[in-house]
Amino acid sequence: MGKKVGIEVSIAAAEAVGLCDVDVVAAYPITPQTHVVEHLSELVASGDLDAEFVPVESEHSAMSVCCGSSAVGARTFTATAAQGLALMAEIVYIASSMRLPMVMFLSNRALSAPLSIWNDHSDTMMVRDSGWIQVFCENGQEVYDAIFHSFRVSEDPKVSLPVMINVDGFNLTHVIEPIEFWDKEMVKAYLPPFRPLSKLHPDKVLSMGAFGMPEIYAEQKQAHDVALTSSTPVILQGWDEMAKLTGRKYSAVETYRAEDAETLIFAMGSICETSTIAVDKMREQGKSVGLVKLRLWRPLPMGDLRKLLAKAKDVVVLDRSIALGAANAPVTSEMRALMYHEPQRPKIHCMIAGIGGRDVTPDDVVKMVNMALSEKDYEYHIYGVRG
Amino acid sequence: MKVKLREIVPFDKEAEEKAIQKDHGLHPDDKYLKPGRIPHIWCPGCGLGVVLTSFIEGMRRKGLSVDQCAVVSGIGCTGRVAGYLDMDTYHTTHGRAIPFATGLALAKPDLHVTVFSGDGDLFAIGGNHMIHAARRNVNLKVLCVNNFNFGMTGGQVAPTTPLEARTSTTPLGNAEPGFNLPYLAHAAGAIYVARWTTFHPRQLVHSISESLGKKGFTFIEAIAPCPTGYGRPNKLGSGLEEMRYYREMSQIRNGADLRDTEIRLREKIIVGTFINTDRPDFMENYMGKVVARARAKGKGKEKGKAA
Repeated sequence: MGKKVGIEVSIAAAEAVGLCDVDVVAAYPITPQTHVVEHLSELVASGDLDAEFVPVESEHSAMSVCCGSSAVGARTFTATAAQGLALMAEIVYIASSMRLPMVMFLSNRALSAPLSIWNDHSDTMMVRDSGWIQVFCENGQEVYDAIFHSFRVSEDPKVSLPVMINVDGFNLTHVIEPIEFWDKEMVKAYLPPFRPLSKLHPDKVLSMGAFGMPEIYAEQKQAHDVALTSSTPVILQGWDEMAKLTGRKYSAVETYRAEDAETLIFAMGSICETSTIAVDKMREQGKSVGLVKLRLWRPLPMGDLRKLLAKAKDVVVLDRSIALGAANAPVTSEMRALMYHEPQRPKIHCMIAGIGGRDVTPDDVVKMVNMALSEKDYEYHIYGVRG
Repeated sequence: MKVKLREIVPFDKEAEEKAIQKDHGLHPDDKYLKPGRIPHIWCPGCGLGVVLTSFIEGMRRKGLSVDQCAVVSGIGCTGRVAGYLDMDTYHTTHGRAIPFATGLALAKPDLHVTVFSGDGDLFAIGGNHMIHAARRNVNLKVLCVNNFNFGMTGGQVAPTTPLEARTSTTPLGNAEPGFNLPYLAHAAGAIYVARWTTFHPRQLVHSISESLGKKGFTFIEAIAPCPTGYGRPNKLGSGLEEMRYYREMSQIRNGADLRDTEIRLREKIIVGTFINTDRPDFMENYMGKVVARARAKGKGKEKGKAA
């Protein structure tokens, strides 16, 4: 077992990437992601990590470099946020469609305009249909562990898809937390060397990124969808193996005091930790409230979610982004769609909270739950908005 | 939410100016700067204040009012300029100042459009726009503040960072040489190219006012100290010491051969006005070569006039 140290989450994540012995890191500076790549560049410069660090000229180039390096069989890592991901978006879709394994550290930040460097989930929701595996993290230890897990899942020949680790910008990236480190033996036992299904090599010539005529495009998309949805067992197995090594057991959906709860708070990311305090408060007041935290956003663990949500009377979704002009915010929309054909379904309320870095306290969560339970229109609400 | 609504008072510029006068006395640049936005966010010792003041002085010398000018900036420390100037300004996304300004300059040919942005913004993520705007000779004045790194995000390596210079992402020194910006601008087609450091505010003002009188794509590189981002890892000292460094290292050579203007760490920096020439700008070519021919054939209509 590794030692426990107080460390900034970004630095710990970079240390984890270093332990994974990546071959290529390509990234462009963007707040609040920079500490990750800065520390990686230090590891490369000091000789602790034998990797190519490519200080590219834009995020579009960063993701392009990653596609190239992954295509030749190099273990690949990048990190970005909001506007960076938006600029990358073209290649983000290509990376997953071409089944190129890589790991992205996404420090979630609000999309411009207005220009904001603070946390919400609008960036990752923008690429939610891109075919990447998307996981959310609640605290620093989860971020650190997620790095090893993501490389393992991404490079598994049965999966061969890129993985995006969502880490709340500033709320999580810039805080100092006690994190239990892994040692080299643990990583060696957990993460096998990267053996790609196919790679560009002069001895065995192949073409990648070829033209998809109408006769083949739909089949390719279906194949991608099947690959993504059937990656769940590998993802779960990765967490099971990790539990044996570290004693920390992760799963796709987790709950907090939810067994008998009539009302469920549904959240993703660092807001979950805030919500647990709110749940305790409401339980003290004798209210039957629990929390559902979703870790695996893509592929969505539909069976688990249906089973959990069906037991409740009300579900209050804390959405961290807005889908302008849509029926509802992204996470609420999906939960409502998921429960539509169920014989027993809860009322699903939508509270859009903490966008553009607006602070959400446990009291705010309590208020949101009360607001949601007393509402009559079942429309979405932007909590705390003025005017 | 415990956020209290702020009382909304209609903005009274006269009262605001009086309040500023009362607190700080009248500054000659007050009518160019947005009241209430100063003090700025730049670090002590940063050269951006000098460049901003020089730009305002250049405008004043040219007799341009805030209504005749527009400033477009990108992302980064320099990008904040757009928020401080009391005129029509636009703070674009990272690297996209030039395309936005191109649209502005074409739609309003009489407007003096200045792109006021940093080296990282103009030459990394926005490098492609820069060379194409210069090639087209769009009527834009590009004022590039070069501090040799991405300052805002914490001093990472940029395409202008000299070979062997240290930054937060090149802790043992940069393995790549930096761009020779005046040479690049000239090669791409700029009609006016100058480089000064913030130790040369008079020359910088002169170049800015001179470029404001040109019709076409002009490029001025203003080298500015960045004691927080670039100065510290390269042991250039405080802002003042970095100014001393620029005094010692700078060599004024107007009309220098641009092959010699590359910047290396701890070597002389050639400054001056290098190129001052004229060629038809984009609008002139477009009106003269495309629109005029279409009209000669009886095609094309003037906007706003009935068919």
